[in-house]
Amino acid sequence: MSILKVDNVTAGYTPESSILHGLTLELNEGEIVSIIGPNGAGKSTLLKAIFGLLKPTEGQILLRGENIAGMPPFKIAKKGLSYVPQVDNIFPSLTIQENLEMGAFIRDDDYSGTMEGVFSLFPVLKERRNTRAGTLSGGQRQMVAMGRALMLNPSILLLDEPSAGLAPIFVSSIFEKIKEINATGVSILIVEQNAKEALKMSHRGYVLAMGRNVMDDDSDALLNNEDVGKLYLGG
Amino acid sequence: MISLIVYGIIVGCIIALGAIGLTMVYKIVGIANFAHGDFMTLGAYIALVMVSIVLPWVGIPDTRFGPLSFGWRMVIAFPVSMLFVAFIAIFFDKLLYKKLRKKKSNAVILAMSSLGVAFIIRMLILIIWGSDYVFYRPGLLRPALFLPLGIRIRPDEIFIVCTAIFLVVLLHLFLNRTKMGKAMRATSDNPDLALVTGIDTERIISWTWAIGGALTAAGGILYGIDVQLHPGMGWNFLIPIFAATILGSIGNIYGALIGGFVIGIAQEVSTAFLEPTYKLPVAFMIMIIILLVRPEGIFGKE
Ligand SMILES: Nc1ncnc2c1ncn2[C@@H]1O[C@H](COP(=O)(O)OP(=O)(O)OP(=O)(O)O)[C@@H](O)[C@H]1O
Ligand SMILES: [Mg+2]
Repeated sequence: MSILKVDNVTAGYTPESSILHGLTLELNEGEIVSIIGPNGAGKSTLLKAIFGLLKPTEGQILLRGENIAGMPPFKIAKKGLSYVPQVDNIFPSLTIQENLEMGAFIRDDDYSGTMEGVFSLFPVLKERRNTRAGTLSGGQRQMVAMGRALMLNPSILLLDEPSAGLAPIFVSSIFEKIKEINATGVSILIVEQNAKEALKMSHRGYVLAMGRNVMDDDSDALLNNEDVGKLYLGG
Repeated sequence: MISLIVYGIIVGCIIALGAIGLTMVYKIVGIANFAHGDFMTLGAYIALVMVSIVLPWVGIPDTRFGPLSFGWRMVIAFPVSMLFVAFIAIFFDKLLYKKLRKKKSNAVILAMSSLGVAFIIRMLILIIWGSDYVFYRPGLLRPALFLPLGIRIRPDEIFIVCTAIFLVVLLHLFLNRTKMGKAMRATSDNPDLALVTGIDTERIISWTWAIGGALTAAGGILYGIDVQLHPGMGWNFLIPIFAATILGSIGNIYGALIGGFVIGIAQEVSTAFLEPTYKLPVAFMIMIIILLVRPEGIFGKE
């Protein structure tokens, strides 16, 4: 059974104009699922709708069978979902350590083990733990953003273009980290511009265009599909 | 001149206590709170009720601490009044601003509503206490101490500076050491991300109002101790408070603190050259000049 199901969702930034038009998508336990598609397709909008930042005007978002559509984001976080937005995904004036502490805001238990886990995944963060996050480079910010999301010990992680703006060497290392996170049992829904790389590490993929799901299949099938290759994978 | 600077620092403390709250409310709640000065007045009058009616009735003796003009009654009244105004600030948020936020009202509507709150509070104070000037302790001679360099300062004024410093240090520790304080900074940095992280930003907003209200109430009581109480006192502080907030870059707590001192000193020093009634225009001028020359304030990024 799918752990997260977006069922026929219509949503937008204003009630009059929808960006997503009856979109359906599923994430199964333990999977990495990629969402690819051109700029403005509605990929980020979809993640915002899942996380309660936008209220769908139609359809359901089912988390383990429970409809969470329109629930406030802070309640969704309590259900084991974590989200790394595409932009503005850190607290710039807080230190790295404080960013991670905020990630654990809703936890009442001892989270020092989780923080050690994040530090061993991203050792740079430990070295620079008392640096303000706003002064970091793009790659390190992305690490802080992912680290913050992991502090919840989420069962599902939503990532919006984690490799955006990173130098090529960082891109492959961030994808390695994502695989490592997935190996610990976290199901991951990832939006990516580096569509080829993303599909290579994921189980399945969805192609979005103009707020609609135009294709979904196993990653290998999408990678070998001529149309997808021409239109979205850069030939 | 040095005396004027010293007195400017004292007034600056009071302006800073107001400006810190104003800047926090602006940054986190998104409201240019025109009722901030009247929260200040309210704080001063609540303390008056405490020291002149409630605490004598409870049987707290009318003591005085050494050379200071007040004693145990004020020590109790002070935090009680801060707490009271904190709750009043939260009350108005729940009653009014929360609904406007839900409707996504724009900044002008929010500011105008706060102006409405300002009038309501001031009118209530006028109705209850009248328009006279009143003292916490009428008829008391309050001699100044003579310090080197020709500085004259009353013991009460030393207390004012110490209390302001104490409150600012307390706020600093709260914001940097406690979970709620860090969440408040996080929300001020990036409200959407705070929500996504699991922080209930409505709760943070309540905390912000509470802190803003309590600090400005403290400013009002300190002014009352130093000078006197009057229903228009807080309203008269509104321009210096806004000037300090803008000078110190809107949203920057430490900027507001520095801004408070700068405006306080500028206002007092101006009396060496101008009529004292020009103090407010001086604060206003500074505000206009900053808005024209460097609208992001002295601590703002380009
Ligand atoms: N905050 C917003 N308010 C109004 N419209 C928005 C907002 N953000 C995005 N949009 C619009 O929604 C549509 C989809 O945007 P979205 O950000 O979801 O695209 P995307 O697939 O994530 O694109 P990209 O690859 O550039 O990140 C676009 O037409 C965009 O202009
Ligand atoms: Mg996007």
